[in-house]
Parts: sequence; C-alpha cells; structure tokens
Amino acid sequence: MSGGERLSVRDRAMLAGELGPAPALAMSIVSRMAAIVRAPRLIDVSHAHIDSSIYVGDAGLEFAERLAGLGARVVVPSSLNVSGVDEHHWQEWPVAPEWAGKAHRQMVAYRAMGCSETWTCAPYQTQARPVFGQQIAWGESNAIVFANSVIGARTERYPDLFDICAAITGRVPDVGLHTDEGRLGHILITLDQVPAHLQARDEFYPVLGFLLGRLADDRIPVVEGLTVRPTDDQLKSLGATAASSGSVALFHLVGITPEAATVAEAFGGRTPEATHRVGMAELRDARRHLTTNADAPVDLVLLGSPHFSLDEFRQLAPLVRGRRKADSVEFLVTTSRIMRTLAADSGMLRDLEAFGGRLTVDTCVLATPMLPASIQTIMTNSGKYAYYVPGLLNRQVVYGNLDDCIESAVRGRVVRDDSAWGAA
Amino acid sequence: MTSITPTDVLVAGEATGTLVISPAPLSFWGGYDAATGEVIDRRHPLSGQCLAGCVLALPWTRGSSTTTAILLEAVRLGMAPAAILLPKVDTFIALASIVAHELYGRGFVVAVVPADALAGLDGRQIHIPVSSVTVTQDDD
Repeated sequence: MSGGERLSVRDRAMLAGELGPAPALAMSIVSRMAAIVRAPRLIDVSHAHIDSSIYVGDAGLEFAERLAGLGARVVVPSSLNVSGVDEHHWQEWPVAPEWAGKAHRQMVAYRAMGCSETWTCAPYQTQARPVFGQQIAWGESNAIVFANSVIGARTERYPDLFDICAAITGRVPDVGLHTDEGRLGHILITLDQVPAHLQARDEFYPVLGFLLGRLADDRIPVVEGLTVRPTDDQLKSLGATAASSGSVALFHLVGITPEAATVAEAFGGRTPEATHRVGMAELRDARRHLTTNADAPVDLVLLGSPHFSLDEFRQLAPLVRGRRKADSVEFLVTTSRIMRTLAADSGMLRDLEAFGGRLTVDTCVLATPMLPASIQTIMTNSGKYAYYVPGLLNRQVVYGNLDDCIESAVRGRVVRDDSAWGAA
Repeated sequence: MTSITPTDVLVAGEATGTLVISPAPLSFWGGYDAATGEVIDRRHPLSGQCLAGCVLALPWTRGSSTTTAILLEAVRLGMAPAAILLPKVDTFIALASIVAHELYGRGFVVAVVPADALAGLDGRQIHIPVSSVTVTQDDD
C-alpha cells in the first residue's frame, strides 16, 4: 500500500511540515507505525490519554522536551497519566532531588503541549471519561482495558511516545480495537461453581484478573458465569491486573459489559479459539501468585493502584474510624489531585489522617522512587501493585482484601481472612 | 555463525549477537533494568539474565504501556538488545527503535521471524543481514 492511499491530503501536508515541525515529527512516527501494522488508512480520534508523562529516564524527557521545544500542541482534549513525582509533596519522602527535578521537567513539557493536568492512571473516573463507541488514543494499560471493556470506547493498546504523537496529529491507524471485527472475542472462560458471595467481594476481581491475563495473553477473553454485577472499582481492578499479568486490552463479561449481551454477540458468531473452565482450585492458585511472602512483618500497607476513587475513600473511612495504625507500619493511599480534593471536601480524609494514613498524588510508588530502604514488605489490596512490586521495587508483597490491609496495619503483622476462598 | 532471514523487517539494520529465546512474554517496564540490561521480573524465566547486545526472541510484550520508554532509555544507555525478533508485528517494540533513531541516530533491529525458524538455535551466535523487505516511510 502506498502512503498516498493511506494518508489523507492533510496527513501528507502535516508530514511535509506545512503545519510546523512538531506535527511533522509526530506524523512521521504515526505514519511509520501505520505502515508497520498495514493500516488501510488513518482515522480521527477525539481524546487522548498520555502515558508518556511517566519519567523513567532521560530519554523520555529528551523526547518530551524535543516536542515541546518544537512548539507541539495537542489538537484533541488530552488527559495526563501519572508523572514521576508528586509535584508538591515529594519532599515528605526520600525522593532524590535530581530525580524530582527531571520528573518535574517532564511534567512541565507535557503541560506546555496543552494536556490537562489530571495526573492519574484512572482518567475514566474523572471528567476525562469517554463514551460508548468514541474513537480515542489512550496509553496506560489499565486505562486502555477499562475504556474498551467497561465503557465500549475504542482504543488500541498504545505505548508511551506514541500517545502524544496521536494527540498532536489527532490521527491513528485504523486497525485492531478501533474496528468492529477487531473487538470480537477470541477465547471463552467459563466460571464453574464460583459462589456468588465470593463474586460479590472486591478481593475476587484482582485474582480473576491475574488468571485472565495468564489465560488470554494478548487475546480477547470472554467470561461467562458471573452472577453478580460488579462495581466500576471492581472492574477497574479486574482490568488492571489482567493488563499486568497479560496484555489484555479488552475483555467481555457476558451480560455485563456493553458489547457482550450474549456469548454469540461477544464472538460475533465465531467459534472460540479455546475454552477454559475456571473453578475455585484455579482461583486459589492465582491468589497465591499475588503474594511472595506472608510471614514477614508488614512495613507498608499500600492502597490505590489504579488510583483510589471517591467510592473507595467512602468505603475506607468507616473502616479506619477511631482506630490507629501501628507505629511500625506506614499506611499510604495513592490517588489523584481531584479525588483528594473531592474526598477532603466530603469529610472523608479526617478519619484516615487520624488513623495515621498518608496520601500521595500525581504518581504512585511504582513510578517514583519514594520508599525508604526500611520498607521491605508491602501489603496491598491491589492486584497491579502485587504484580509489579517484586520486580520494580525488589520488595516482598502480600495480597489481601481491604479489611485485611487495615487489620494488618493496626497489628503490624499480616492478618488475612481466607474464609471467602474456601479450603486451600 | 547462523544467518537468519526475517519474513518482515519492522525496523531495519544489521545485527549480530547471541540468540536468547524467551519462553514467556516480557513487560520491559517492571521487567527490564534499562541501566544494566537485566531481566528483573522475578516471575519471568529469564529473571537475572542480561539481555544487552543479544538477539532476543520474544513471543510478545506483556502489560505496561511504559515498555517503549524503558527500551528507549536502554538504547540511550547502550543496554538494549541488538535485535528483537517477534513471531508477529509488535508496535511497542518497533516504536521504541523508531524513536531511538529519531533521537539518537541508532536503535535496534526489529524483525518478524517465525518461531520454528529459530528452533534449536538458542544460545548460538546469530547474524541478521540488512534485509530488503524493510518497512519504511512510504513514498507518495
């Protein structure tokens, strides 16, 4: 296919530099990616979520500053993912000033390009939430899977550095999850005798997500057998864990998510490539994989990956009311500026502060080197944190539910109620 | 030295290195230390191994969108693989090398090679010649 067919007249003008040097650079990257994926054409997107805002080293910073220096501006509303530093509170933790300085320069560069300062990995819980059928260009694996699966918006799995090019050009290759056919299911997963009381619990969804990622790899899984309607936060944790243990960018839950009223609709009438039965034995095994060491004293209880929502703050407040964490334990919630403001205005932070809990915004412990060396064992209710903590932070991790996390913070050692999972 | 001819070249170049066949997918964010080239995903079968300068065969990339930024950083620090071979097109890997060429004038080879073409070659010195089936910027 020649570029003449693939690119519109305007795309070619952009590529030739007629709209300035920054759109030319961005379009040169978009059009090369379109050629690699053999896209028949580029299409417009009407929103972008920029994961490139995370500082991981000088290369990403140089790329951001190159674009900003060329005068780049986003042409569609663009929300920002987490950055590499909590802009106004990093000095409360042992973050190296050199790191904070560079991560902040990267924030300044994306701000200069006209992106909205959401600084969150859960943009779908802010004003940046897209609508069904909307064509968007999103980075951040958990945001991608939520937008596609729960909302029915359409985005490919976009990597860092590409998302900003899509936002500057407003264009993406018309392939994959942007198309009807590319959204049909590949594999069928049937829940077998998983009790409704477990399905109703928050702690079920990261475990199912871990299993989904492992079974699906980069294919689209269709899950049947859910008998309860999960909350947004439960679906958030399901997708975030599936996009960590695998490359899941879209899942369908039969009778629940918007493109899967029936199994037949989810597969578009095609036969599944594979079918898997998931029962309690498989779930218990997956749950074990989220813990590396349950015997050490807990040094940090960590909530909020993806970023804690207002509903989650509402759930947390009565559980910590009138209690106090042990002195030997840090208790940290990672969230966005907007959720912190909403939670504070709703009076939901007083109990957390009295409990001894702290907040970090703009970023999370995986994206900013903020933890002191004394923290060796981390307990969390987040499947995404549980997945990444051992490799990224080289620390031990314990997975538990929200009650377990609070109880463990109070007692300073791991306390877990396994009763919902039945006999081991 | 064994020479491999890819079925599709996503980012062109010539590369020589030891072939490391990864039995599992890898997220470079949370899985790869850009400063040392070491695999740091402790659940990954290659955990602890250094992949800088090797010819890496991967089934696909797992997880995080930040994979691309980590690979770009690894190129900057000279700790990226010399080539990454995939059984099918992977945009995360290709993009990292494309942007590396834009920023630093160097990157790594990204090519599609069917898995069976690599059978029995794990650990061997591999040469990938510059190929003519390169996908490049289209001409009008």
